[in-house]
Amino acid sequence: MKRKDFLQLTTMGVGALMIPDFILGHPVDPSQFLSEGLDSSTKKALADVALNAAKAKGASYADVRISRYLQQSISTRENRVQNIANTESYGVGVRVLVNGTWGFAATNEVTKESITKCAHTAAALAKANAKLQSEPVKLAPQKGLGERTWKTPIQINAFEIPVKEKVDLLLKVNSEAMKAGANFINSSLSFVNEQKYFASTDGSYIEQDIHRLWPTFTVTVVDKQTGKFKTRDALSAPMGMGYEYLNAKAPEKISGPIDLILYRYAYDMLEDAIQAAKQAKEKHAAKSVQAGNYDLVLDPNHLGLTIHESVGHPLELDRVLGYEANYAGTSFATLDKWRSGKFNFGSKIVNIVADRTQPYFLNSIGYDDDGVPAKEWDLIKNGILVNYQATRDQVHILGQKESHGCSHADSWNSVQFQRMPNVSLRPGNEKLSVHDMIKDVEKGIYILGRGSYSIDQQRYNFQFGGQLFYEIQNGKITGMLDDVAYQSNTQQFWNSCVQICDKNDYRSFGTFRDGKGQPSQASAVSHGCSTTRFNKIDVLNTNTAKTI
Amino acid sequence: MSMLNEQEAKKLIDKVLAFSKADEINVAVSGGRVGNIRYARNTVSTSGEADNLSLVVTSFFGKRSGTATINEFDDASLEKTVQRAEEIARLAPENPEYLPALGPQQYGKSLTFSENTTRINPLFRANAALASIQPCINKKLTAAGYLEDTTGFIAIGNSKGLFGYNKETSGDFTITVRTADERGSGYGVQSFTDASKLDTKGVTQIAIDKAVSSRDAKEMQPGKYTVILEATASGELLSLMINALDARSADEGRSFFGKKGGGNKIGEKLFNEKVQIISDPSNLDNPASPFAPDGRPRQRVTWIKNGVLKNLPYSRYWAQQKGVDALPPPSGIIMQGSEQTLTDLIKGTEKGILVTRFWYIRPVDPQTLVFTGLTRDGTFYIENGAIKYAIKNFRFNESPAAMLNNVEALGKPVRIGGNMIPPMKIRDFNFTSLSDAV
Repeated sequence: MKRKDFLQLTTMGVGALMIPDFILGHPVDPSQFLSEGLDSSTKKALADVALNAAKAKGASYADVRISRYLQQSISTRENRVQNIANTESYGVGVRVLVNGTWGFAATNEVTKESITKCAHTAAALAKANAKLQSEPVKLAPQKGLGERTWKTPIQINAFEIPVKEKVDLLLKVNSEAMKAGANFINSSLSFVNEQKYFASTDGSYIEQDIHRLWPTFTVTVVDKQTGKFKTRDALSAPMGMGYEYLNAKAPEKISGPIDLILYRYAYDMLEDAIQAAKQAKEKHAAKSVQAGNYDLVLDPNHLGLTIHESVGHPLELDRVLGYEANYAGTSFATLDKWRSGKFNFGSKIVNIVADRTQPYFLNSIGYDDDGVPAKEWDLIKNGILVNYQATRDQVHILGQKESHGCSHADSWNSVQFQRMPNVSLRPGNEKLSVHDMIKDVEKGIYILGRGSYSIDQQRYNFQFGGQLFYEIQNGKITGMLDDVAYQSNTQQFWNSCVQICDKNDYRSFGTFRDGKGQPSQASAVSHGCSTTRFNKIDVLNTNTAKTI
Repeated sequence: MSMLNEQEAKKLIDKVLAFSKADEINVAVSGGRVGNIRYARNTVSTSGEADNLSLVVTSFFGKRSGTATINEFDDASLEKTVQRAEEIARLAPENPEYLPALGPQQYGKSLTFSENTTRINPLFRANAALASIQPCINKKLTAAGYLEDTTGFIAIGNSKGLFGYNKETSGDFTITVRTADERGSGYGVQSFTDASKLDTKGVTQIAIDKAVSSRDAKEMQPGKYTVILEATASGELLSLMINALDARSADEGRSFFGKKGGGNKIGEKLFNEKVQIISDPSNLDNPASPFAPDGRPRQRVTWIKNGVLKNLPYSRYWAQQKGVDALPPPSGIIMQGSEQTLTDLIKGTEKGILVTRFWYIRPVDPQTLVFTGLTRDGTFYIENGAIKYAIKNFRFNESPAAMLNNVEALGKPVRIGGNMIPPMKIRDFNFTSLSDAV
């Protein structure tokens, strides 16, 4: 299957050769989204079938996930709908630990017979692979939790909103952006509901109902005379919320410098599309940046991605240990640096926390896919590296007795492994707004939005672009810049962190599509922070692509 | 059963077509098996096998369409699926870009299937992994690798009499070998249609040699250098340009291939005259399905000839708007090269840098196709026709369009993924900073 075939097929909504269900799912009638599926007692009975079958085949531990994944995505351009995809993916995955080795098998036939067969296949795989095993799995203790439930705290279930209302919103967004000067606009709404049931031989039976949404667009303004085009993407964030995120509310808006409107936990898509069209137009007249050292003032909607790449990924314990060496890479944040207790990852004001309990954040859950309750823990404290992100079968390597709860699988037919939790920079303790921060900057650039991003396989050297760049001279924004990207080294960058705005400016950035593993699995994750200043960072001009 | 032969697929599709009450109906059925084994730290971490068979129906009433799918194949289930697609179609908004379905088409012979690959089983994969892990253990090195194999088919049909069937096997093996002191890293890769050609031991040996010889990397200053890109590295950059081949975005003025003042750059000389890029589904080394997913036949197409852009892919709608042939996008490209080996290219280089592969390539400027990324798993300095020493990895900011202008020499193409790509010698390749990553 070639990439372009895949894209064509998914765009057409036609089934594709070898596309796993978790990507494509099954197109369904939207009314099916509201059916409740199997009741808890039936799922519990089916789960017990899997657990008993696994134990009978010699499993020292087993878990089973019976999950239903619903997705709706609506995409439009200018005055027309391009695609409406309603998909459902439903099935069961069984993981067993036999002879110190994991085995996993999955089926879309949720029957006692298929589940039993699945448990047997998983046990057989574990036994076959045990012969090659040189590091037997050690699980951290986890008490059985009995029957538990958890639900994303949503106000409005997005799947209950008629498709027509969503289409009307997007077409209105498009027409307003065109009126404001856009030549083209692509806009979309994506909604996810994961109905997950987990059970393990520890005695946990956990039912979770997880919701996420992502409204976004790209406006393009073409200058036919010069043959140039400029774009501006939405300043929204994907959220662990219901449709209420799209009900614009004044208290969730932040007035940024130069009349910018920024968004916290509610998003005004129409308003942002209008400002985006104007800004894309303005980009055609923006000054090309002079390469050099600048103090950077980074908006949360931009810095979130830098946190993701330069802090989130290098502190994934599986990367540190080499399990991702053939794909995502390893990490500069090695165990000896952590053990020293002195590794200054950043300046003293840098406090970075992992948190799977934070409201509205994408990676927040009640329990992970090992059945471990969600929690919060420090990764970097006062600039020092203090911990990693780990699962039940990894924490013993750190000498810790309790899992961090970072286990996740992106489908019933994917095996769970260590994934990044929400990783966020704590806001500054002293009162500080972005306006006050800019006042003190002599030569700087204020950067907003997610742009180009690239980082090496051990997470040292990175380069980031953005959506909007404004020059700061002697405490004032003097105009828009173009062709901006900054390059730095992770440790050097975080040690250049000199100021963080207070909690009133705290917002989130996120993605649905953090990729890791072979075969690759997607994960949704958020990163929170307030606007933050970094001194003397190398900026290059992407047009001439020359550093200083 | 997840694999259907042509007769079984045709019978199933005909049965579904007979249930239709819509103006038009398209049916696609696909299935097969994907197997994999993954290892790291010289031990197997995960392995799995998944079978899949599904059928998708799209029904049309005028310009409205609806889609439904199923993985149960009794008559009642099939009829219900057709009815559901028709219900969704009646409620859908009209698509102003709708075009009537294609009638019967003539497709070329397919070469995409090999019996050898269908016979891969868990034992085969375990042995392939062992053949890769063992030499690494013997040399106190650490192996991390992944092997994935696919055996599948796709069949398409519609109410206008179109029918197509293709079965396909493929596989990819990648291996990263690291030294115990973490100072050296090497990479190897192999793609195949026929599993008898898979050589995990041989590919691992390449990665071992690179890992061992990339220890003690020296630091060179960033700047513009002559580079020799191994086929993997060449392919990574070239695919970025191939992905930008699209007539509509060019005509709309939002692509590298868009022309100042409007229109596209077909007929313009954009690259060095050594650059020849074609696609050919009947190529023995890189076969592709003889039809596109929407039923259009795939034939040999010249995309770039002597550096001149000869063709761009058109959707059927856009081709109708522009009054041209609707050329489907290529499924795998072939960039022509020479008979020179990688060693020959190195021999002919006075000063340069050999790049094994790139990593984390992301767009910087879609207008000029400037991308950024880094070298990885084996970067070496060449002097007087020989590799002198390993060097630290670089970040680049470079455009594949500029790269194809600066071609000095091309080697013998090899298969990388679904493309045939030559190693390339390129002058003035733009490295912008150093990376400490190994």
